[in-house]
Amino acid sequence: MNVNRTDKCGMIDRNRRLWFRFNGRDYMGYAGDTLASALLANGVRLAGRSFKLHRPRGLMTAGVEEVNVLVSVGTGGATTTNLRATEVDLVEGLDARTVNVWPSLRFDIGAINDLLARFFKAGFYYKTFMWPDWHLYEPLIRHAAGLGRPAIEPDPARYEHQTHHCDVLVIGAGQAGVEAASQAAQSGARVILVEQEPSIQPLPQARVLFMSRTTAIAYYDHNLVLLTERPADGLARERFHQVRADRIILATGTFERPLLFPGNDRPGIMLASAAKTYAERFGALAGRQIVLATNNTSSDEVAFLMAQIGAQIVATIDWRCGERILKTMGRHGVKAVLYRDARGKSQKIACDAVLMSGGWNPNVQLFSQAGGKLTYDPLIASFRPAADLPSVSCVGAANGDFAPDYGITADWTLPEDGGKIFVDFQNDATVADIRQAADENFRSVEHLKRYTTLGMAVDQGKTANVNALAIMGSLTGQSPGEVGTTRFRPPYTPTSLGAFGGLYTGLLFKPYKQTPLHVANMEAGAVFEDFGGWLRPAVYLRGGESHHNAMRREALAVRNTIGLFDGSPLGKIAVVGPDAALFLDHIYANPMSNLATGKARYGLMLNELGVVIDDGVTVRVADDHFLVGTTSSGADRIALMMEEWLQCEWTTWRVLISPVTTLWGNVTLSGPKARDVLVSLGSDIDLDQEAFPHMSWRQGKIAGMDARVARVSFTGELTFEISVASDQTEMLWDLSSAAAKPFSGAPIGINAWNLLRLEKSFLHIGADTDGTTLPADIGWTKVANRDVDFVGRRSLLWTCNQSPDRLQLVGLAAHDPLKVPPIGMAVKSMDPHRRTDGFVTSSEMSPSLNRPVTLAMVRAGRARIGETITLMNGQTCQIVSGAAYDPEGARLYV
Amino acid sequence: MLIPCPFCGPRDMSEFRCGGQSAIVRPVPAQQVSDEAWSNYMFMRPNPRGVLAERWVHQGGCGTWFNILRNTVSHEIMAVYAIDAAPPELKP
Repeated sequence: MNVNRTDKCGMIDRNRRLWFRFNGRDYMGYAGDTLASALLANGVRLAGRSFKLHRPRGLMTAGVEEVNVLVSVGTGGATTTNLRATEVDLVEGLDARTVNVWPSLRFDIGAINDLLARFFKAGFYYKTFMWPDWHLYEPLIRHAAGLGRPAIEPDPARYEHQTHHCDVLVIGAGQAGVEAASQAAQSGARVILVEQEPSIQPLPQARVLFMSRTTAIAYYDHNLVLLTERPADGLARERFHQVRADRIILATGTFERPLLFPGNDRPGIMLASAAKTYAERFGALAGRQIVLATNNTSSDEVAFLMAQIGAQIVATIDWRCGERILKTMGRHGVKAVLYRDARGKSQKIACDAVLMSGGWNPNVQLFSQAGGKLTYDPLIASFRPAADLPSVSCVGAANGDFAPDYGITADWTLPEDGGKIFVDFQNDATVADIRQAADENFRSVEHLKRYTTLGMAVDQGKTANVNALAIMGSLTGQSPGEVGTTRFRPPYTPTSLGAFGGLYTGLLFKPYKQTPLHVANMEAGAVFEDFGGWLRPAVYLRGGESHHNAMRREALAVRNTIGLFDGSPLGKIAVVGPDAALFLDHIYANPMSNLATGKARYGLMLNELGVVIDDGVTVRVADDHFLVGTTSSGADRIALMMEEWLQCEWTTWRVLISPVTTLWGNVTLSGPKARDVLVSLGSDIDLDQEAFPHMSWRQGKIAGMDARVARVSFTGELTFEISVASDQTEMLWDLSSAAAKPFSGAPIGINAWNLLRLEKSFLHIGADTDGTTLPADIGWTKVANRDVDFVGRRSLLWTCNQSPDRLQLVGLAAHDPLKVPPIGMAVKSMDPHRRTDGFVTSSEMSPSLNRPVTLAMVRAGRARIGETITLMNGQTCQIVSGAAYDPEGARLYV
Repeated sequence: MLIPCPFCGPRDMSEFRCGGQSAIVRPVPAQQVSDEAWSNYMFMRPNPRGVLAERWVHQGGCGTWFNILRNTVSHEIMAVYAIDAAPPELKP
């Protein structure tokens, strides 16, 4: 059934047949096959198309360096694309499709590119699509580019991460690698030995962890190596390992390179070593009538093997005797070659396969990634490591140690005429392209690479690079060593994004923080949204009401009776020590050292550029103890910022900074009935306005719990912010809800909270401010004169920062009371040299005032109070100052 | 990179945050600092190709800020020293 299968060799399990599908047709292979070997055994020669010209292609290699046959496997979210057929294990029911073909592999419309190939030379895009503007063409070109299509649905497969430490990491378990691992283990080292080829299974050894089916893809500084494992245990599709090793030994072997002759890319033309691998490992024959083209002795054993297993070597074309292939024939697979023999006579011979051996390149990619230098060695006609790095070395063939019995005579002088000679098969870069690059003076190896895209395909030029450098050398009269190499970059082979992502996808990608009231909020109908990494209730829905109506109802509850707010995520940082007050005087733009114990004060924090980065209320717990309040999203970064200033600038100050946000849960009672509810909960704190005025702070018992209570207000109503231990917060919430019930109290979400502060013109950092906002822009004009070198102070004195023409935060009163000015809407400028005069930062319809309330950053806004401005949508507004609701603040002092 | 935290020992770079060049003197008091001096302090960095003294914090660990001498080309870390200490002499 398998036309090209021999039973004379191969390590497949012939008792286990596997059915699989390739481009919609069913085939049979055996357990132990790869997709590539099974296709070869089935006589499938045309199996891929090249990237640019869509030329018909077949398997060229048997391993990780495969250039021609890229496939997609799986369906839906489980689709994986651009896999090398040589690395896809055959499994029952495998469904594989060739990438980059339409409508089908045999009749690929894109193949028209091949007929137009004389236009698609190096630099084609840069030269052709310049006029009038590259961006006009870019979408079309991007659409045509690319190989396989990735899945749109989420990937259901599991990917895992592991980390390892070892003394010696050996990559490659061939003879040299196993020897190196043994030696290291015997000297007492802990060794990890890595091998990507499943059939290579060295004998187990003490102190050596062997990792099969694992590829080293990247080297990073200080000996960090990334590995991807395709586990046989089926527990994950891929396992991603990070290994930190004291020493790294690369036993990564070699890659054979193609010979350069016209038409060297037809299906059926493959590397001699690949034919050997297919035969020995899988019992698959490259062909029956074989032409062998070679320039070295390593192909002798391939010829011997082929003859033994029933294939016929119809001709050996030996480059060393001056023999050359002049042309190949066969549209979808090679049928004959025309060659010149040693006597200079042209001959044509029929064949169904051409095996080529153009010499061997040490596989030095990881060595190069690690910064290792390469040198050209004429003995092996390739690049080898110039010298070991302090902790990274190459051994065996990867080090170029295969010269004595290799007998290569490499010749990169090229015939002037003939068909396309492919160098980089995957990106369709030909000898003509390299010649053109040389003609146009793109001769440096870096220019050559970028101009011709040589070595930039997904195979990273594993088989192409040395040939390309050598051709450039022969065109410019340099040795390959003088041309030099580019530094290889990770990854060594294409790596799935799933492997990098591991388990950290979906909800685990960036886990949300939940407040101690999360469950209680859920039960109260909360609709959660992400606020600075916290899942917080945006609104609490009742019945079938809309989000907007819920917000209005909640806001009115606060204005009329009472609302309960989950304030747990508000940042809390304890700043303690003899120099705590001094420290805060420097961290805040406004003074804190003159704050009395038990009092609260609003503060602004700047960065050293003078830009407003956070605000909040700080209370003085004791003479040497402050509790700094930050915004919810600022809690982490402000604590880090404080630490940096304390540790790096004010190194002698005696201060301890302790973020305590999550130690405390918070229930905030806000509204005219807040005190009544608090009284009914029971407290030993005197809650009277005189005893406990606005902007003060107390500790005591609330409903029997140890509590900290702050009288501050973000809503403009009487407000008590009650903090208790995290694990008691839910009890406090339940008791407060029950106590608020007689007053028709309601839980209120962030949306209503935001609306209430907007009615009061209270600043919302990040909404009303951005990365350019200075204190003076929001009305804090005096802090620059403070006689303390607080963070950001000197930057405020820059002339540009003192300009009266800056954007300033003001209120807007829309003339049309029914139309809310949209957030972000720009303000028209009367100055013809300016595009805008600012923009709307916060805006909403006020349910209490029945008109829009709006804040905006307006150029020189404070000097223009009373002026009418026009927004870009045509809407007119008056610039106003102060709060729209309760401008005198009478409702706070009750 | 593998960064030797002076308190926790060598740890992967992902546990750290780089604070840029270290030992930049903050000019004070503000009234006596020229615009140019302040701008130099804020923005002007030599960005050398070679050894650079920079400060790092072990943010995913002990939280300590410390100085290192690092070769910006090879990423070799030549010295680790306290945040308020002078850099050690490097052997040539």
